Amino acid sequence: MRRTLYLLGALVAAHLLLLTISPSGATIAPEGEGLDIGIVFDVGGRGDKSFNDGAYLGGMLAADSLQARVRYIEPGEGSDREAGLRLLAAEGMDLVVAVGFIFTDDVLTLAREYPDVKFADVDFAVATDSLGNPLPLPPNLVALKFREEEGSFLVGALAALAGGSKKVGFVGGMDIALIHKFEAGYRAGVMHVCPDCEVIAQYAGVTPEAFKNPGKGKELALSQYQQGVNVIFHASGSTGLGVFEAARTTGRLAIGVDADQYSEAPGHVLTSMVKGIDAAVYDAAKAVQTGTFVGGVRVFGLAERGVGYVYDDNNRALIPDAVRSRLLALEADIIAGRIKVPNTR
Amino acid sequence: MILLAFLLQTIRIAIPYLLAAAGGVMSERVGVIALGLEGMMLAGAFGAVLGSYYGGSAWIGLVCAMSAGILVALLLALCTLRFRANQVVVGIAINLLVIGATRFFLRLAFDSASNSPRVDGFGGEGSGLGVLASFSNPLVWLGLIALPALWWLLWRTPFGLRARAVGEKPEAAATLGVNVSALRLRGLLLCGVLASLGGAYLALDQHQFTDSMTAGRGFIALAAIIFGRWMPMRVAAACLLFAAAETLQIQLQGAQLVPSQFVELIPYVLTIVALAGVVGKSVPPAALGKVE
Repeated sequence: MRRTLYLLGALVAAHLLLLTISPSGATIAPEGEGLDIGIVFDVGGRGDKSFNDGAYLGGMLAADSLQARVRYIEPGEGSDREAGLRLLAAEGMDLVVAVGFIFTDDVLTLAREYPDVKFADVDFAVATDSLGNPLPLPPNLVALKFREEEGSFLVGALAALAGGSKKVGFVGGMDIALIHKFEAGYRAGVMHVCPDCEVIAQYAGVTPEAFKNPGKGKELALSQYQQGVNVIFHASGSTGLGVFEAARTTGRLAIGVDADQYSEAPGHVLTSMVKGIDAAVYDAAKAVQTGTFVGGVRVFGLAERGVGYVYDDNNRALIPDAVRSRLLALEADIIAGRIKVPNTR
Repeated sequence: MILLAFLLQTIRIAIPYLLAAAGGVMSERVGVIALGLEGMMLAGAFGAVLGSYYGGSAWIGLVCAMSAGILVALLLALCTLRFRANQVVVGIAINLLVIGATRFFLRLAFDSASNSPRVDGFGGEGSGLGVLASFSNPLVWLGLIALPALWWLLWRTPFGLRARAVGEKPEAAATLGVNVSALRLRGLLLCGVLASLGGAYLALDQHQFTDSMTAGRGFIALAAIIFGRWMPMRVAAACLLFAAAETLQIQLQGAQLVPSQFVELIPYVLTIVALAGVVGKSVPPAALGKVE
């Protein structure tokens, strides 16, 4: 009995102690005028050298040039995501940024619940009615979407032109429409420049776990390389780190995603298909500050410089000049609408 | 050539299952449910990377991995043997705890919540996929001999006889002068060491730790234990079968003959078919999970 009471006392004390600690995440900008921005990260969190770090960069940019105060939350599993968003919304942030399609339902609910708070969701999955028309979003929610298929088209063309094999590979994370966009664009890009090429496309799984299974990614990539593939494009989160590892083991090439992933396997990264998540997040913050924020869907493609591929000193040697100029021409064709890139398989 | 590639890939995929399943058999044979395998593997993976990063050698990584596994096993032992908590609940709690703890220490050590820097492993860059390269990794050898060695330990040594007695009828073992708790503790520690090596294989093969990188492999090992009816050699066969199914899935998906969702089902369908009676009746150790 006494032990139970001690235990209870200790628990209450610990609880009170924890209450005095402010919730996770740190304020990085000094107090002052300006926006309050809250960012909730996707699976992987800060330091993933990819998707989340892009949003982090956007936040830092806003902190630097808009004097915004930025708070970050890295949710653990499942329900923490909604709790993180709710916490930030309830604290009266000016803008709450959710990073990832996985927040779609939560951010929609909260945007309706907190009409005075502005929300932005990267890769928000817009729901459609039975006729396939997008359903309207609340006026305080902006969906930041990217034409990943356009960037993927270009790296697909690059893989076919510079890879030196008629077989090119693709490793996706979770087998869902968002990732099919990458595959569809990539496939179209390969076929556009090399109609008799073959694309081997594989997915790591059908659950969100498929984005964090590097062991599986490595085995998928190894099996593709053994089938004669020279270049693999991955769109699979940290599963893709296994793809880079396979590229190192076999001495072949891989293409990164979301951010420049050159450092994952120097010498083995042909290029990376980059998404301008940082710029999109920064733009949203700026729009809130200048009062020009409009809800709805914002799409970033090649024309808006929202997607692209890396071409710098690290990979210039891997990309011949003729290929580079061919890619520039393709890019111009896509922007001008002369090439229509499919976004479904 | 295709057959050899298939075989090598099967072995590579099977190693973590074999090591974790060996630990699980040990734990369940002394009567403690091995639901914490996933957590022990993840702790091992993290320990391996930490050791290899700061120690500068994969061997130091292995030592750290085993220490991490022992630490988790000690915690499990404290809860289940000392405080006699429900083993299923403790197992699940341990898995969740390790996910959070590795993430926390990852942040502390490398300032990232998702992955560590690159560390030394056993294979060098451009080592290729040949037989020689595959078998230059000591963990591959360890994985292949773990379950046969466990069979010898459990069925050919006095320790094994006592361990099995403790798992079947602890009261009887106690009346014969066997210290039940001490024996279970030893079984759990061995389980922690073996399972952590399974995690270490994963991490050192990737040359880095990534958040939740075990991705459910501990549970597949657990399925293999049940499928293999707690008999080490059968469990080894089950691990290889599951790995072969996964390899088949990878290769079939590449051939684009069947949708990936269907192919993904193969290991689970195999498990269900097997559990439905094809392998005969499954009889777990009688005292498994019992708190006396």
